[in-house]
Amino acid sequence: MKERDFKIYRGDDERGELVNYKCNVSEGMVVLDVIHRIQADQANDLACRWNCKAGKCGSCSVEINGKPRLACMTRMNELDDNETVVITPLKSFPVMKDIVSDVSWNYEQNQKIKPFSPSKKDTEKDFVMMQKDVDRVQHFRKCIECYLCQNMCHVIRDNEGKDKFAGPRYMTRLASLEMHPMDNADRIEDVKDLHGSGMCNITRCCTEVCPEEIQITDDAIIPLKERVVDRFYDPIMMLFRKLFGKKKETTN
Amino acid sequence: MILTLGEFSMLDISGIKRLQFDVLVIGAGGAGLSAAISASQEEGIRVGLVCKSLLGKAHTVMAEGGMAAALGNVDDRDDWKIHFRDTMRGGKMLNNWKMAEIHARNAPERVRELEHWGAVFDRTRDGLINQRNFGGHRYPRLAHVGDRTGLEMIRTLQDHGIHQGIDIQMECTALDILKDKSGKVSGIVSMYRETGEFIVFETKTLIFATGGAGKSWEVTSNSWEYTGDGYGMAYEAGAELIDMEFNQFHPTGMVWPPSVKGILVTEGVRGEGGILKNSEGKRFMFDYIPEKFANETADTEEEAARWLKGDKSARRPPELLTRDVVARAINTEVKAGRGSVHGGAYLDIATQRSAEDIKRKLPSMYHQFKILAELDITKEAMEVGPTCHYFMGGIKVDAETSMTNIDGLFACGEAAGGMHGANRLGGNSLSDLLVFGNLSGVEAAKYAKKLKSIPKSDDEDIKRIIKSATSILNREKGNNPYLIHEDLQKNMQYNVGIIRTKDEIADGIERIEKMKEEFKEVKAPGTSQFNPGWHEALALRNLLISSEAVAKSALLREESRGAHTREDFPTERKEWLEYNIINKKGTGGEMETVKVKRSEPDNELKRIASSSIEDLEKEVKLDHQK
Repeated sequence: MKERDFKIYRGDDERGELVNYKCNVSEGMVVLDVIHRIQADQANDLACRWNCKAGKCGSCSVEINGKPRLACMTRMNELDDNETVVITPLKSFPVMKDIVSDVSWNYEQNQKIKPFSPSKKDTEKDFVMMQKDVDRVQHFRKCIECYLCQNMCHVIRDNEGKDKFAGPRYMTRLASLEMHPMDNADRIEDVKDLHGSGMCNITRCCTEVCPEEIQITDDAIIPLKERVVDRFYDPIMMLFRKLFGKKKETTN
Repeated sequence: MILTLGEFSMLDISGIKRLQFDVLVIGAGGAGLSAAISASQEEGIRVGLVCKSLLGKAHTVMAEGGMAAALGNVDDRDDWKIHFRDTMRGGKMLNNWKMAEIHARNAPERVRELEHWGAVFDRTRDGLINQRNFGGHRYPRLAHVGDRTGLEMIRTLQDHGIHQGIDIQMECTALDILKDKSGKVSGIVSMYRETGEFIVFETKTLIFATGGAGKSWEVTSNSWEYTGDGYGMAYEAGAELIDMEFNQFHPTGMVWPPSVKGILVTEGVRGEGGILKNSEGKRFMFDYIPEKFANETADTEEEAARWLKGDKSARRPPELLTRDVVARAINTEVKAGRGSVHGGAYLDIATQRSAEDIKRKLPSMYHQFKILAELDITKEAMEVGPTCHYFMGGIKVDAETSMTNIDGLFACGEAAGGMHGANRLGGNSLSDLLVFGNLSGVEAAKYAKKLKSIPKSDDEDIKRIIKSATSILNREKGNNPYLIHEDLQKNMQYNVGIIRTKDEIADGIERIEKMKEEFKEVKAPGTSQFNPGWHEALALRNLLISSEAVAKSALLREESRGAHTREDFPTERKEWLEYNIINKKGTGGEMETVKVKRSEPDNELKRIASSSIEDLEKEVKLDHQK
């Protein structure tokens, strides 16, 4: 058991400050445990979001010493022994209160995505899909919607970028739908125009912070960009489509 | 209307926000989302969905192992009849017969529907939904996605649900039910967590998909949301709570380090071949095979090993006995001094499967132990022990409509009681959420269509509910809600835990009475804006009601059955099979706990449940040939 120093943001989007707290830390504790201890003993009204406490729900996203992390999966012993631990809300979204952010913008992006659309014929019987054909889709579907990637994306950090780009989380979701063997919708035009795939310039910041280690840039965004290029900027493909009609690309 | 602190005797609610619905679902986990989706398919029905957290974060996300459905993709001998028989035997025959039948018959269709909505399950070699073994299930029956099936389920329902015209209210806590003069549901008063603003939802029906009350115990796999809100609100409104003494302690929760104590370790570890050992290195589950299951359980390590390799003539390893049996066995080993370093048992998958298999089939377990316990499960054994996991009991509903004894109030999922009897089989929860979520949505829509207009609520009731919530903020000083909650958790853990006796339970009840008094003077400092202290205090009432119902039912049931273990009555007693225990609010305001005679089961269901497995397998084979 050791007493450690913490600074936690208290306030809302307009005004607030870092407040000092001290808390005893014992073996195995994660940052979320510290927040709960402080909440119970010293600051009953300290706002914080959490649910599963095991890295599965993606609720407790905050910035710890400036880095976007899940508070429940950040062990105190990973942080330097004597440093003051600074806990602040996600930077890219408005602060609701203390370390809770208003992430509703993300839900709006999700709403714009064309949902999974199998053919009527396919839903009349059991889907037959081979494991190797769904491995990639399952990899994307590990996403816990913690929005750490959204928070880290420099396009979204810039407020105007929010109008132009849905962000890495939704590129991943779009990729999971586009690569689903039974899906029949065509989202490539949306990927380019509505969801703004061109805004991403592949700095890979999103991939680095993903707690599920999803290869967001390489496996989702780049393939989507390639499909956009094939559709809209490749003269041979354009001619091919003129001659043989518009067809959805096969999955890889 | 944001209520500022101050004078409430003159509470004016004329400016309060009101929204109208035909069907309003409280809770947005697997059951709530399923209910909202199915209700929304009915033309002209306005559906709302209220969630305490953000959408997609409900506790369903934590479910790991899978959903049970007799699809027969891995073993074509499977059938609803065998699933039904397994469920009844697992529930020690106390299950609501009709619910268990509806569940087993409908689960396959619901799982397929989920796949058609976009869920991507692991596949068999033929490209069908793969199914895994689990405790108490005769065949590989659990459709799954690695060990993150709950996430797959909630995300699929969420992404499908947002396109069904459902009005979703996030981070909104329901406070209490409103009824009209005739006693019909007319609405519910709620509060937005962010602002503390109150809102009245006026509705013809309410579906409670509010989960259980696992936060009543100290060691629990449940998150903060699991405070028995549905039980508390329904009870206050006059609904009955059934089977509340049956609380499932999942045998395998993490035990070390202390801060993660209780976090779930999926039964999938054992389903994939994991074995349990004590400090002497002995595989102890062979010593705990109940007579009832002896015929169907391997009695040597050699046979268990053959089963793991897929030998269909071999019987299942004893690690896959039902959860109540395994949890008690671990408890006994630890008490006898043969526990692991930190007071659990060793769960070893490292010596049973290759590192590659473990990472592929159990990725989130690998990740969870690596980060939270700094342990590599492909190399070392995990330490595990029982953790409070699930309420078999809950709000009493009609099996075929999911409606409670209050007109217009429905319940489904963990919030409803009866389906699982004295013990739930792993994997039967996710399928329950889909089957009864769907059913309650259909039935609520049907009921709503019959009402011309929304029943009228009484403004005085609205005022009373708001006043009781704001008084927690307004009082000058008072008791810390967090500390009362911690006391309650300790009390339940110690006095109404996995092994129970009369004296301890009675002591537990007495302490709950004291806490109820302390609760009357609970105080949350700060304002009404996103104030966890206030939220904690609001949840406390429901935790206390749930805990009282658990303790009183546990005291009354003088036998051991399934998850309810009485040290002073260590065996099942035949006469108790004839009764359920019901809790309801008495006329004087006190909780009444009574035995109620169960109705006679349908003869055909009785025959199936009590058939020998050999006979039933023969029968199913004939059925399948037809």
